[in-house]
Order: sequence, then C-alpha cells, then structure tokens
Amino acid sequence: MPTQSHYDVVIIGAGVVGSMIARELSRYRLAVAVVDKESDVGAGSSSSNSAIIHSGHDPYPGTAKARLNVRGNALWRTVAEELDVPLRSTGALVVAREGQESALEELLHRAHANGVTDAAILEADEVRAREPRIRPDTVGALWTPSAMVVDPFQGVLGPAENAAANGVAFLFEHEFTGALIERGRVAGIDTGNGPIRAQWVVNAAGVFADDVMHLFGVHPEFAITARRGEYFVFDPTRFTVDNVIFPMPDELGKGILVTTTTHGNSIIGPNSEEVDDKEDQSVTEAGMLQILAGAQRLVPSVSASDLIAAFAGLRATGNYKPDGRHRDFLIERSDEVPGLINVAGIESPGYASSPAIAELVVKLLAEGGLSLEEKESWDGRRARPARFAALSHEERAARVAEDPAYGRIVCRCENVTEAEIVEAIHRPIPARTYDAIKRRTWLGTGRCQGGFDYPRTMEILSRELGIPMEEVTKKGPGSEFLYRRTKEAV
Amino acid sequence: MRVNGDYDVAVIGGGPAGMAAAIAAAREGARVLILERNDQLGGILPQCIHNGFGAINFGRDLPGPEYAYRYEQKVRALPVEIKLNTMVLDVTGGRDVFAINDDEGYLHFKPKSIVMAMGCRERTRAQIRLPGTRAAGIFTAGTVQRLVNIEGYMPGRRVVVLGSGDIGMIMARRLTIEGATVLSVLELMPHLTGLRRNYVQCLQDYDIPLHLSTTVKKIKGKRRVEGIETIQVDERFRPIAGTERSIDCDTLVLSVGLIPENELSSQAGVVLDDHTRGPRIDSSMATSVPGIFAAGNVTGIYDLVDYVSIAGTAAGANAAAYARGTAPEKRRRRVRLVPGSNVGSILPQEIEIGDDDSRPTIMLRPNATIDVSVRLRFTADDETVTEFRERYARPSEMIVKTLSARHLDQLRGDKNEEYQVEIV
Repeated sequence: MPTQSHYDVVIIGAGVVGSMIARELSRYRLAVAVVDKESDVGAGSSSSNSAIIHSGHDPYPGTAKARLNVRGNALWRTVAEELDVPLRSTGALVVAREGQESALEELLHRAHANGVTDAAILEADEVRAREPRIRPDTVGALWTPSAMVVDPFQGVLGPAENAAANGVAFLFEHEFTGALIERGRVAGIDTGNGPIRAQWVVNAAGVFADDVMHLFGVHPEFAITARRGEYFVFDPTRFTVDNVIFPMPDELGKGILVTTTTHGNSIIGPNSEEVDDKEDQSVTEAGMLQILAGAQRLVPSVSASDLIAAFAGLRATGNYKPDGRHRDFLIERSDEVPGLINVAGIESPGYASSPAIAELVVKLLAEGGLSLEEKESWDGRRARPARFAALSHEERAARVAEDPAYGRIVCRCENVTEAEIVEAIHRPIPARTYDAIKRRTWLGTGRCQGGFDYPRTMEILSRELGIPMEEVTKKGPGSEFLYRRTKEAV
Repeated sequence: MRVNGDYDVAVIGGGPAGMAAAIAAAREGARVLILERNDQLGGILPQCIHNGFGAINFGRDLPGPEYAYRYEQKVRALPVEIKLNTMVLDVTGGRDVFAINDDEGYLHFKPKSIVMAMGCRERTRAQIRLPGTRAAGIFTAGTVQRLVNIEGYMPGRRVVVLGSGDIGMIMARRLTIEGATVLSVLELMPHLTGLRRNYVQCLQDYDIPLHLSTTVKKIKGKRRVEGIETIQVDERFRPIAGTERSIDCDTLVLSVGLIPENELSSQAGVVLDDHTRGPRIDSSMATSVPGIFAAGNVTGIYDLVDYVSIAGTAAGANAAAYARGTAPEKRRRRVRLVPGSNVGSILPQEIEIGDDDSRPTIMLRPNATIDVSVRLRFTADDETVTEFRERYARPSEMIVKTLSARHLDQLRGDKNEEYQVEIV
C-alpha cells in the first residue's frame, strides 16, 4: 500500500461511505488515502445497524435521501456481486394495526412517488402467510420486494479491500485533528501522526462530520446528534424469523423492527436515544426492555431467554433541513473552502444509499476540476475468503489436506480455523485486533462468545504481527487484554 | 474420504467423563476411540490447580491436574486410541462422526456406539444481559483461569467478580495471590451459589468482600473497562434505586453459571431436557438415540468431578455392551422422574424398576436453600409413594441417592409411569 506525502484525495472516515468513495476513486489515476482514527474499517456506525438495504419507500419524496436510497438499492446488487458481499433479497413488510389503514395507503403513495414502483399493500392473510408469527391483529402491510439484508461489515470491508487492492492507502489509527488550508483552498489535513497533504478532502467522518466541517471553518450552524440504537441478537438454534418486519414509521424513524441477517441470526432493535458522547455504544437496561416490548408488538413470541448478544450503534443525525421540515443528507462541494467535499448527516438510509453517494461524490469532484483518467489495471472484483464452517465435508477435507492450519479449530462454536484467522491478518485490509478478526471470521460470535478462543486468538495475533501478548488488543491501543506475566514482582 | 468403522465405541471429549467412559468400555473389551479437541486429556481439570477433587473416588483431596493424571494413566494403560487436537464437527443420528485435526486432516468414523462427553461451557455476559460498553477486560472465570494458570498472563490489576460460583471465588483467590486487587465479589442471589468451603477458603481468608443481592448496573470504559456501577436488588431481583455504587476497576470476571455443551447432541437428534439442558438419559446413560450415550456435565451441571467420573464409567460400560450386542433387553418397567417443588433438575430422567437387585442412583439439584432437615419425596397424583431424609438442601450441592431395597419395593408396588420428585 503506497503511502506518500501528497495525495490527490484524502477521505476522512473508513466507514461504508468512505470505503465506497475510495473504491469508486480507485478506478482512476489518482493518489487516494483513507484515514481513520480506529484500527479497522467500519468501526463506527457502519457495522452496527439494522443491516437492511431499504427499498427507498420511507424517505420524504424529493429529498436526497429518497433519490440516493432508491439508486443505492439498485447499485448494491451489482456492487455486492462484484465485491462478494453477502446480500440476500428478503423484501420487507411494514405492518399496520387497526386504525393505521390510511397511514398505510399514504406510505404506499410515498413509495411510488420515490420510484419504488413494485411496492404493494398485502392483506392480513397474505402477511400471515409470509410470517405466521405476526401479531394477530395485523390488518395489512406495505410489501417492498426490493428490500435486502446485507452483511454490514462485509459491505464496508468489500469496497475497502477492493480499493486497497487497486492502490488506495488506508491509514488506520490516524486521527483527524485539524484542517490544512492554504490561500483559501484545501491543502490537506493534520492528524495525530502528522500532516497529510492533499488537493481534495472528503469528509465522511460519520458522527464527527460536523466537527470536521467546523475545523475547516464551514457550516458553523450544522450539528450532528448521535442517536444511539440498541439491538439484540438471537441464538439461531432457539429463535429465527426469516422476514424483515417494520412497524408503521413515526417521527423518530422506522421504529423497532424484527429482522433477519445474512448469517441466519435474527435481530431486533433499534430504539432511539440521543447521547452526549458520540462514542457511547453502551447497551442499557431500559433500552433492552424497550426493544423487547417493541419487537413483541410485531412478533409476540419474541423472548428474552433466546438472546445471544446485544450491541448498539450510533446514528449521525444532522440538523440540515433544506425544505425546512425534513432532515436530509448534507452532501456538497464546499463553496467556501474549495477542495472540501462534505458528506454529512448520513443516518438511515445511509448504508443503502452508500454506492449512490460514492457516485455523487465522484461527480462533485469531477465537476470541481479533479481530472479522472481511468486506469487500465483497475480490477473491480474482490473475493471473500471461504468460511470453513460453510464448506461441505469434501471441501473441508480438500482444504485441510492442502493446509494443516485448517485442521486447527480455534473457535469451537462457529468452527473458525487458524488458517482463516491467519489469512484475515494478511489481507489487503489487515485484521490487527481481536474484534477485527471477529468481524471477518465470525470467531467468538457464537454461544460461548469468545470464552474458548481468546487465549488462542491472542497467541496467533501475537505471532503473526510480531508483537508481545501484552500488546494484543481488542480494538486498538488502549484496549489491551493482558498487562504482565504472572509471578512477576508487583 | 475413507469411512473408519474400526471402533466399537467413540468417546467425544477426553475430560473426566470421557476418560472414565473410555476406561470402562475398554475393560469390557471394546475397541475405543477418544476424540479430544484440546492438546491434552483432562478437559478443564488441568487448569483447576486448586484442590477439592477425588474425595469419593480416591479418598484424597487432590488438585485438578492430579485427578486428571490418575485417570489418564489408566486410559493409557489400556488399548484406547486417543486423538488429541481433534475437533468433532458433525455427528449424525446414524452415528457418523466427522472430525478434523492438523495431522490426519478430515476424518470420518462410524463407531457402533458413541459416548457424548463434551462437558459444558460458561454463561456469558450476553446471557445475563449486562448493560454497558463492550470494552476489553470482561472475561469469564474459566477464561481467566486459563490465562493465569496455563498461559501465565495477568488479565487485570483491579478486579471485580460477578457471581459467587465456585470458579469465581477460586479465581478471586488466585488473582489475589498473583498480585491483583480483588475489590469485590457480587452475587445477584440473596445467598452464595458456590460451595461454602470456597467462601471460607477463597474470600474470607483473603478479606475479599462478598455483596449478596447485588449486581452490575453498568460497565464503563470505551476501550478497556474503567469501572462498574453496582446496584442492589430486592427479593424479586428488581434493582433498588438509590443503592448504586461505583467501583473503579479494569477487569470484570463473570462466574454466572455453566451450560451443557450439546450442539453435537442436537445435530444427532438427541432429545434434550428442559431442566438440565442436556440429553434426557436413563440409568444406563442411554439418550433418546439408540447407541448414543451421554455422561457428565454434558447431561447437566455436576457439583463434584467424582460423580462425573462415576457417570462416565456407567456410560462407557453400557456403550460397550451396546456395541457388542450384549446390552440387556429393556423389559423392566421404566418410569420418568419429573422435578417437583424445590427441585431444579434430576438425573437420570428415567429409571428402571426391575425385579433384580440393580439399584438406580439419582441426582437432584435443589433450587432452594433449606438449612434444616428435609424430605425428598416421590409422588404421583399428590400421593407419596416413597421418601428419603436429607440433612439440608442447597442449590450448590447435588443430592445423590441410591435407591434402597425398601424404596424400590415401594415403587414396584405402584403402577405409575411418572413421579414428581420434590423436596419438602
């Protein structure tokens, strides 16, 4: 991965938006870098969300959200295929109870106005046929067949790895600390690891995009509130729902849903709570109760005893309302500071919109004078390593015959092998922490939640990275697991 | 892939149950295979360097590694094939066993019978729904035990233990000896959940405070644990507002229970019990699938390893008999045992009441503390058929009873197929 002193474009933030933009830019003869303060891609909102590629039925017609969501939904099918990102067509149900019939009709009109032409209303019995466990007093549902579920981490890693393979530099543990502006134009950024000079800066900093803007001296009025959403994951051997089920939306958003994942687990969530700390991904007692109650309003048989994990994500809710009423994405080429592109307020449907946002950002850069010359060497395809656990008996036998490391099972619940862990550590976007390995291989996500694999995984990280055990971290500096050997003087 | 049909009995798991099963089966003349995922036999025992093992089977108070070593010597003295570092991936109801290791690759066995002896795993943070951040520094007690006793690393300086289970108390002492400060052991229940002797020897003797009816309200710290907030709960486990207390710590150790490890049993179609969360077994340790036996913590959580070995011995002998076609025909009256009041679970779930002199042993796990003399009753339609006396009932200790001739007589005279077993 080339690192150099001067880039054509520096992207702040290695979330799904930053990674998609990086991959689009990797098509051209440009020096591009992505900086992120964390140790891995997708460490913020991008990997902690509902993992749904929405159809685009929900945003208010005429907004950037509506346009980019519908376009993004269409692009995701191609992008996922090219980048080997798990994506599953599920369709989605927005279910209505008695008294909500007119709201349902309104939602259908909104879907059609947005160009979601295949959206339709299902009668109660059709809803029950799709999901027998649905609440008995359901009167109907909006059915949007184009909705899909995605592996949220692979959806970030895919474009990032492909961008890296095509020459984009990813600089992790590089925290943006200030703007470099010379003669009124962007000259780069300052980071905790020194300045990085660049002709263009793309601000894709998620919940921190407002801070980045302010340090560039633009949009002092713009602010992002972190709205935390908590989720629960079910043990797939005890409870699964194979549908994406929303309640009717309210002013806070699409509500607490019951959904499936590409991995087969079902999840419920999110609630919505404004938090002061933009990194507060803690789960709360109150939130858990709220989510369970919300999910039980859709599927009454949802039970707390079948839960296997909880997590929380933060929505980057901006205060940009171009029509004075509806919150929208703020995506622009700055007039005040030439060379700055802002991609801010990317809350839902941001994930679904991300390929379309990348397309738009490239257009804004081109119109701003960035010369885009295609590379002949560009290869837009990326393949994900095979999961040993998903292979047939014959394929497993062939793998282990080739590489004995496939015969060493490290994670006993998900059957993750040492070979898969070693490969993850040496991919174009290297997994350098426990959590990075976990997100790539599903290690530690099963019933024992890492109890067995911790010591072994730490050893492998220590060996492959050439660092002492005490320096192995969960998610980057400051999250070390061990602090000294036993039997040492204290 | 060659199908290896050389073995009479395949034992899955080389811990105390598996070793005892292998010994018993081999002594019956069976060709026995042990499949063990670890790099040594013994299961969890090699990391249990404290004593408290062997009182029943050896009449000695041994540390875990020595208890395991004694069984391992017996296994190795018999013609038992041992495959270490070998993970069983799939078991079918037709007794196909798929396993893998880095030496021989992918393996397919077809034994005549199987003993499931996979043991248990620890309950995790998710299962008790602990609120807070996902920082580094939250470990289960067993993981800490492995890190400290086997790997030789300290996972923290200032430690709080949640749960007064035995491993939690033992690790509180161990971490203290290794130089960490154990600030507190918290217990949600109004009573200790581990053995009283461990409370005295591990907490009292090291001045580690125990806080009953207290749990973790919140874990703080983004990267590494920076502290926790505790809260007291009332008799119905509801948090009592105003009792919050902050503790600065960098490590939270969870000792909040064990769960039988039955993914392979489920794959094979073995019926599990709602109370034990392990296979439903009869006095011969047979599961619902013919030719598949189960023993030890995989069938339900035991209090003492000695009983695990005893169960393994029975399972191994019966698996060998099944494999050789010498198992006695099951013509005797079979009765089901169902937990009644104050009983959490019962093993086995089914016993045979024969005319011969065989005496089934049952093991009960009380789910209430009664510190005075109790009666253990077999009832059907609210009528007591037979009963025993016990000195007390505590959730941390199993009640183990071998039915006497008198009890069997009373049960023989009755015609019910199911008995509630209760403690009053």
